[in-house]
Amino acid sequence: MANGVMTQTQYIPYLAQKGLKSWILTTDHKRIGILYLVTISFFFMIGGLTALGMRYELMTPELDFFRSTTEYNVAFTLHGSLMVFFFIVPGIAASFGNFLLPLMIGARDVAFPRINLLSFWIYLAGTAILLFALMQPADTGWTFYTPYSIQTGAKVIMITLGVFVLGFSSILTGMNFIVTIHKLRAPGMTWSRLPLFIWASYATAILQLLATPVVGITLLLLIAERAFDIGFFDPAKGGDPILFQNFFWFYSHPAVYIMIIPAFGIISEIIPVFARKPIFGYKAIAYSSFAIAIISFFVWMHHMFVSGISETAAAIFSFLTMLVAIPTAIKVFNWIATLYKGSIEFHSSMLYALSFIVLFTIGGLTGVYLGALAIDVHLHDTYFIVAHMHYVMIGGTVMGFFGGLHFWYQKWFGKVFNELTAKAAWFLVFVGFNVTFFPQFFMGFQGMPRRYATYPAEYISYHAISTYGSWILGLGILIMTVNLLLPLMKKSNYPKSSNPYGSLSLEWQVPSPPPHENFDKIPTVTDWTYSYGKNRSEANAKK
Amino acid sequence: MSTWIPESASNLAASVDNITLFVTIVSVFFFVLISAVLVGFAIKYRRKSEDQETAYITHNSLIETIWTIIPAILLMVIFAWGWIAFKELRNPPAEAIEVNVVAKQWLWEFEYFTGKKSLNELFVQQNKPVRLIMRSDDVIHSFFVPQFRVKQDILPGGYQQLWFTPTKVGTFDLLCAEYCGSGHSQMLAKVNVLSPEAFARWEKGDELEEGAVVAASSISPVERGKDLYSQRGCLACHSIDGKEVIGPTFKNLYGKTEILQDGSSVLVDENYLRESIYEPEAKMVKGYPPTMPSFKGILSEDEVTALIEYIKTLK
Amino acid sequence: MSTTAQHAESHAHGHGLGETVTHNAAKFGMWLFLGTEILLFGGLFAAYALFRAKYPDLFYESHKKLDISLGTINTIVLIFSSFTMAMAVSAAQKRNRKWLMILLGVTFICAAAFGVNKYFEYSAKFHHDIFPDTNIFFALYFMMTGLHMLHVFLGMGIILALIIMAKQGRFKEGNRYTPVEVGGLYWHLVDLIWIYLFPLLYLIG
Repeated sequence: MANGVMTQTQYIPYLAQKGLKSWILTTDHKRIGILYLVTISFFFMIGGLTALGMRYELMTPELDFFRSTTEYNVAFTLHGSLMVFFFIVPGIAASFGNFLLPLMIGARDVAFPRINLLSFWIYLAGTAILLFALMQPADTGWTFYTPYSIQTGAKVIMITLGVFVLGFSSILTGMNFIVTIHKLRAPGMTWSRLPLFIWASYATAILQLLATPVVGITLLLLIAERAFDIGFFDPAKGGDPILFQNFFWFYSHPAVYIMIIPAFGIISEIIPVFARKPIFGYKAIAYSSFAIAIISFFVWMHHMFVSGISETAAAIFSFLTMLVAIPTAIKVFNWIATLYKGSIEFHSSMLYALSFIVLFTIGGLTGVYLGALAIDVHLHDTYFIVAHMHYVMIGGTVMGFFGGLHFWYQKWFGKVFNELTAKAAWFLVFVGFNVTFFPQFFMGFQGMPRRYATYPAEYISYHAISTYGSWILGLGILIMTVNLLLPLMKKSNYPKSSNPYGSLSLEWQVPSPPPHENFDKIPTVTDWTYSYGKNRSEANAKK
Repeated sequence: MSTWIPESASNLAASVDNITLFVTIVSVFFFVLISAVLVGFAIKYRRKSEDQETAYITHNSLIETIWTIIPAILLMVIFAWGWIAFKELRNPPAEAIEVNVVAKQWLWEFEYFTGKKSLNELFVQQNKPVRLIMRSDDVIHSFFVPQFRVKQDILPGGYQQLWFTPTKVGTFDLLCAEYCGSGHSQMLAKVNVLSPEAFARWEKGDELEEGAVVAASSISPVERGKDLYSQRGCLACHSIDGKEVIGPTFKNLYGKTEILQDGSSVLVDENYLRESIYEPEAKMVKGYPPTMPSFKGILSEDEVTALIEYIKTLK
Repeated sequence: MSTTAQHAESHAHGHGLGETVTHNAAKFGMWLFLGTEILLFGGLFAAYALFRAKYPDLFYESHKKLDISLGTINTIVLIFSSFTMAMAVSAAQKRNRKWLMILLGVTFICAAAFGVNKYFEYSAKFHHDIFPDTNIFFALYFMMTGLHMLHVFLGMGIILALIIMAKQGRFKEGNRYTPVEVGGLYWHLVDLIWIYLFPLLYLIG
């Protein structure tokens, strides 16, 4: 597709430079991508450990692992805040986004490399504040609902400030990506040839720009509420606690799509390569990301169906929530249709991509339960929500994230991992995840409320199974991590080819790892990114 | 626990369950379909040789239209059905009996129109619609009875309402569903659905009988105290095994000497315990927040006695 | 979207993307950023609308305690500074370094004057026992003007940086005045937000 083949004479991989300074002052998008990847992985591990602690506590109805219910509450607050704000929101968008975006569109870097580094530094500042906040952790849940977050004796300001600072990083990254996609596409890389990961990054960046400022002001108001007692959310002072929920979800619902849309992008890249087929319904997938992004701004009240909002508001938001399901369903059908009459190779990244489809389908279908008003009343704030959310966030985003890691691993690091171990780890992750979270749907139907440190004895069997599952899942992730880290420490395991899977996308047309400025000569794009098998089919037509 | 959805014990449960069943059938159908096609394709089109022939298919307008329209129609049906059932949940009949509910960290108070009060136990009559008028004293709580399929957040600074008609005699768990702090998971209560005769007896009954579904005389004060300990919400703040929760633990409490906030000390005896139940802020033990409400008018003298007897046994 | 020509140019410059691309990209980026700033204040405007609808009398009574003359002076100062900023951009385009520095200096002085004025206004409020926790109106007043003030300070930093860059002669050649134009856009936004805040807070009735 592209004629930008590298001349190997002056090839210096971007990883060649060593030393701390070459990392913390880098403006190379690929290195910044690695910086994000390392940081978010660190927070993913901490968030995962708190989750294992919570699951261990919930093995029995009584309090036995944590010393008090407050400690449990702190644990789920940490788990939620770390996973949402520090891992999954910046996760794929910032790490894969940074690494892939310029490579895929045929550019040397993002539009503002220095602002890109600034974004990372702001992100790091936010995490520093958060780590400081860990010394006196909050117990509000990641949603910081008022008035509890105003009244609790725990320290709320620091963790909120950390999240607030992160917001700026998100905004700057989003701005940078939009400008890059608009201004720096290689010749011939028209909008209708763009890889779907780029479309997904574009939709995500728009969401980041539109939604993040609103959560910024909300958290700022919460800080002011605690510091100066301004009374916006305090009914005793004429304020309105529901206003906080409105503000919060106006951001946080689109934020759910900030978390999942980049994963859609990754899946749309992996499947065509390993099926050797053009992606089915390219335009439908690209546009549906935007449809989802736009509608996602008008569904926030579905988090508040039992908070006493008017019947009319509830009906409108239920209707709009159903609308979001349509573009989501279309994507799933398109991915499956791509497999039809393909030549499918079950690379570990493909296994993650296929399990993404299955698990995300469960996440999506259970979302329909919650969008239907009368059912939501029963299921709201139960483990059904917990299960649904994790099917979307782990079954969806994290599976996409893992899939992407395995897919672009050798491009990124110039090393190969053990494929058999990767498959074994995938199996444990897939089984462990389902054993952990599937019973939670039933628990939710039975009425088990979320955020309970102790619980009525009748729910014990579901909880026990779920805890066993969390161990399998944890083991799977551990094996996967070791398998991906080992090759980096060895002086062997170099890839045989720079494009082993036969991808047509631009990032695979450069060596692994790519040189500092990606392309010796900016390539000229002459065909669609997904025209797998086109030549043969044209040849057949001539016969 | 035998079925996937809990027993239905209110008039509202059936309509919620019907739509739930419909959504479940649709979901299972699509999930099985999607998984089967996915697995089927994965097996049928697995790579058998490197130069395996693939088809060049980029899109197909007909099938794309079909798989957009069919889910859209189903989703609209689900939306409409959910809304209709929701309207029923939101609109109580005029003849419903009113009960005032106060939720606070971390207990439930109920006040009936006869002036009767109960704590952490709601008494309602079978087949009589009830309308709860709920307020919160502090943060957001949520009234949730799984068997009734009802839930409503309770906000400070106003009233929220919720209604249902209990259809089965029995005792059901009432759970707080909105996170409200350290005692959240212990903010549990019971809903006692009584037959018309039993309800009439309960309404006429004196303080002694209140709260006791079983006749009070049939059990010892220690056992009665033990029941009160869990029914009246003591357990949310006071452990019986030495753990520090919100208030002092009950273990080895009796006979101990406590340091008060003003620095003086007090011996924990029957009189001190009684005073602390009725006037918690009179003699506060150092290092604990003044969150405990007064139980005056809620626990009778006999009940306090029973509770103290129970505390004495916790060594 | 044809980027072929621009890329041909960019290749000639090595890493540099070519001035036209850089200039357009920077302006585009700033517009996007300004959009997010408006959304940030948008949350406060939404809260304002909600609470004013709920407590019209409180808003009317409380607003009388604000000093309209100080507010008016600040409005004039800020509008004038926007004007000098626009002139500065024009001077930069004409590569007139002397006037660029003078106009940026005037803008900076206006911004400082705005801050001093605001300092007196806040002190007077505190003196009369009016704080953010007095009532919802004053909570909004302090939040909105306080957040705006932060933006003014940030703007002053940007203007100062531009003056230093101008002194070093960075804007002499070609289209290199991009920072002035982008900084100017930011300053106009700060002005624009104040133009909304002024009537909403000072002129109720």
